[in-house]
Amino acid sequence: MSGPINWLSQIASVTRFGLMGIPQRRGSAAAAVFGIAGVVTVLVGVLSMGAGFKSTLSASGAPDAAIILRSGADAEMSSGLDRESVRIIADAPGLARNADGAICSAELFVIIDLPKRATGTDANVPLRGVERQARYVRDQFKIIQGRAFEPGNNEIMVGAGALRQFAGLDVGKTLRVGRADWLVAGAFTAGGGAAESEVWADASVLQQAYERGDTFQSVYAKLASPAAFDKFKDTLTTDPRLSVKVSRQTDYFADQSTLITKLITTLGYLIAGLMAVGAVFGALNTMYSSVSTRTREIATLRALGFGRAAVIASVMLESLVLALAGGALGAALAYAVFNGHQTSTMNWQSFSQVTFAFQVTPHLLASGILWATLIGMVGGLFPALRAARLPIATALREL
Amino acid sequence: MSSTNNILVDVDGVEKVFHRGSEDIHVLRDLHLKVPAGEFLALMGPSGSGKSTLLNLIGGLDRPTNGTVTIGGERTDQLTDARLAAWRARHIGFVFQLYNLMPVLTAERNVELPLLLTHLSRAERKRHVETALAVVGLSHRARHFPRTLSGGEQQRVGIARAIVTDPTLLLCDEPTGDLDRKAGDEILDLLHGLNREHGKTIIMVTHDPHASARASRTVYLNKGQLTNAPVQ
Amino acid sequence: MRFLHLIWCNLKRKKLRTSLTILSILVAFILYGYLSAIRAALVGGISLEGANRLMVRHKVSLILSLPQRYQERMLRNPGVALATHQTWFGGIYQDPKNFFMQTPVVPEEFLDMFPEFLLPPDQKAAWLKTRTGAIVGRKTAERYHFKIGDKIPIQSPIWAKSDGNHTWEFDVVGIFDGKNKNTDTTSLFFRYDYFDEARQMNKGQVGWYTIRVRDPEKAALLARQIDDEFQNSSAETKTETEAAVAQGFAKQIGDIVLITASILGAVFFTILLVTGNTMSQAVRERTGELGVLKAIGFTNLQVLGLVLAESCLISLLGGGLGLALAWALIAKGDPTGNLLPLFHFPASDLRLGLIGVVVLGVFTGIFPAVQAMRLRVADALRRM
Repeated sequence: MSGPINWLSQIASVTRFGLMGIPQRRGSAAAAVFGIAGVVTVLVGVLSMGAGFKSTLSASGAPDAAIILRSGADAEMSSGLDRESVRIIADAPGLARNADGAICSAELFVIIDLPKRATGTDANVPLRGVERQARYVRDQFKIIQGRAFEPGNNEIMVGAGALRQFAGLDVGKTLRVGRADWLVAGAFTAGGGAAESEVWADASVLQQAYERGDTFQSVYAKLASPAAFDKFKDTLTTDPRLSVKVSRQTDYFADQSTLITKLITTLGYLIAGLMAVGAVFGALNTMYSSVSTRTREIATLRALGFGRAAVIASVMLESLVLALAGGALGAALAYAVFNGHQTSTMNWQSFSQVTFAFQVTPHLLASGILWATLIGMVGGLFPALRAARLPIATALREL
Repeated sequence: MSSTNNILVDVDGVEKVFHRGSEDIHVLRDLHLKVPAGEFLALMGPSGSGKSTLLNLIGGLDRPTNGTVTIGGERTDQLTDARLAAWRARHIGFVFQLYNLMPVLTAERNVELPLLLTHLSRAERKRHVETALAVVGLSHRARHFPRTLSGGEQQRVGIARAIVTDPTLLLCDEPTGDLDRKAGDEILDLLHGLNREHGKTIIMVTHDPHASARASRTVYLNKGQLTNAPVQ
Repeated sequence: MRFLHLIWCNLKRKKLRTSLTILSILVAFILYGYLSAIRAALVGGISLEGANRLMVRHKVSLILSLPQRYQERMLRNPGVALATHQTWFGGIYQDPKNFFMQTPVVPEEFLDMFPEFLLPPDQKAAWLKTRTGAIVGRKTAERYHFKIGDKIPIQSPIWAKSDGNHTWEFDVVGIFDGKNKNTDTTSLFFRYDYFDEARQMNKGQVGWYTIRVRDPEKAALLARQIDDEFQNSSAETKTETEAAVAQGFAKQIGDIVLITASILGAVFFTILLVTGNTMSQAVRERTGELGVLKAIGFTNLQVLGLVLAESCLISLLGGGLGLALAWALIAKGDPTGNLLPLFHFPASDLRLGLIGVVVLGVFTGIFPAVQAMRLRVADALRRM
């Protein structure tokens, strides 16, 4: 047999002996597998929270959509635009148009208290006043229940996410906020974006209810094409009558989520990192004891002519097999438990709730398996080297 | 407890049966043995004859299926596990074929082990250990670990451990079995001296006639029964 | 104890294995420390001083304001010992990423209401004398190198001054420290009179009130009374204890307690499995030696005790060191770089951790210890 094939068959044999012995060492093997599975589950689980949150916010904006705030405001909450400014913005070049005119909606935004269905405790829910074109600015807007609110009436329509997470928003019911009653006319989806966490009403009705005069906080606009953005932005920012900040919606929403994504990601990696270190120690323990119980067997194989490299490779392979088993188990568990799990949390930057679903993306699953592999390799390397370096005669005598 | 003409060990009508799966193995049948205090008794017989089993029964490491074991007037077969342990600590010293020292402890710490079960202070324990090691001639190796001692030296540590509590009875299971002739002789000399000069009662299991020659009496065990003549 | 030497030497038997086990436990307890700190940071500090305070805000929404004249109506209630107000300023210092809270307050009332903010008397006097004066918390002062005498410009997108300018300038007249470990020292407080006079909109309106109750037992009753008082006014109120507010806020973030508890549960289950397995192996390897101990006269219970003592010692070493390291690392500060201002290892969780160390020691050792206890001497010796 030629060199490499011989070598490979050696590795295969030694590994096979090793793997066959695993049932005898099932305590340690189970410990290693479950330890690694735990790490992978937690890592994937926590990061899927960040992934889900991020994807909700990025689904919220399209590249051909823009949002206009007052200059200096970093969020709608702290922005303010008057009627005059809104009119000027609606006349700017580059806006998409439909039968009703420019596709843009001047909007304002308040926060109301609604109880979370899951816990019964209060949460800050966004109540947004919109104009008629709002549904066209947001891609994939669809009424899934009931109808849109009637402009001029005390009516609202609720996002699918809000409907799921908060109590009191059932279609057909009346919601009392303060001293005003609002009829829930219908429910909508918007391609999974942030709008689904919100409750919408007619802008002018909301202005009155909250004594906002004739002011708004933002303008959501749809551009004729993504390329039209630059001209649109320049026109508005150079207009001496206006003092505005124009951003692509995708950029704006990405910005809005930086803090919380950073929080979740940092903490997620910290926790998983610590767990991984612990798992490495556990894996090392397992592999060292596996090697030591097989000392005589390994020495015998070497006395018979199996090379050092074969022994090293087989110990590492055994460790990898256990680690991959743990990784697969952890990934499967994470997917089963976390994927699609609906929840909502507070976005500090907007001070209101965002509903989202955990997302176990293929990227995350791959990361999980990768971590498991790394742990397996580190956990197997040192024991493997030790196994290969045992003096054969001593090992054969070992009882 | 030590009176010259007293019978120290009285094994009466003892039977020991082991259950292996569905089989019953009668290792000892209707055994009678009286050992007076101060005797050095050798127990010989082919392998599988039940020598170690008998030794275990005398030493309180196991209980007979039938019959009685009386040591120093006390019915040890009737003691509870906990009291038997305490009794063993006080009255018995074991010497094993493979020394059975704890590899993680030094010689002196190994010898000290039985004393941990007493109420002696640290200083008192130290004195007893030094005495025991002096008796076996190993004071200079007190701080060594078993792995750096020869077979003969390890067995001497084993004997020191067995005598450190000044027990009534020394039970030795093939004490020279793993040693060469010279080392074995040294051990036998030691045991002989303990019996003659210190009056220790010793029961030694052996298959070596050379070893049993040093004893004051030899009995033979064959197929679970005692005789006074060797088997042919 | 006389057996300590024996136990210790047994642990040294396989130094590598023992070390790795201790290290895994150590890491698990560092994780425990961090999770406790994260939980405490997100759920927020419920302080001793807050036990007798209530927060009053607009019933409909957090973002609506209350009239300032409500204050004297509140004070008319005999159950109210003190009342003061704050307003959301929402300012930006240089970059929106540099987030810290700024609120206009009435200095004397404010410092009286919140004794956990420690301000030297001379700085307090300076504040009362300087209209544009502001006091800054130690943490923020250190972060941005603010010193007494500095002029800090803050941009407020919401509040314009009467000259139309959105930039507000404050003079740093004091730096305050927190009385407790979990007191927030990241905020900036300036004078309400300056704010109200200079602002263009919403004059005479404030964000929320804080009330000190005379009798903490009657806090819930007082809360209801206050809400009843303003029930049919232009702005209805919602009054809650500070604890309720903190908890509500935490609940909004998510069930943090559940998440951290689940992670810890998974970690400790794994550690239990791994360490318990190691201990079982160690006992199995020593069957013969345990037999010898019993032959010498150690009772079954004593042998059980020896094994249990070993597992407890391992756990104490790993867990004790882990908790100590966690303490030291967490004291270094927030790993997310300032997103969690109140980052510390709560003493109650530290105590719980110590209990956990003992529990872990017992649970990892009990099964192998019972096995060791049950060993029949004769069998054990034969197996040697």
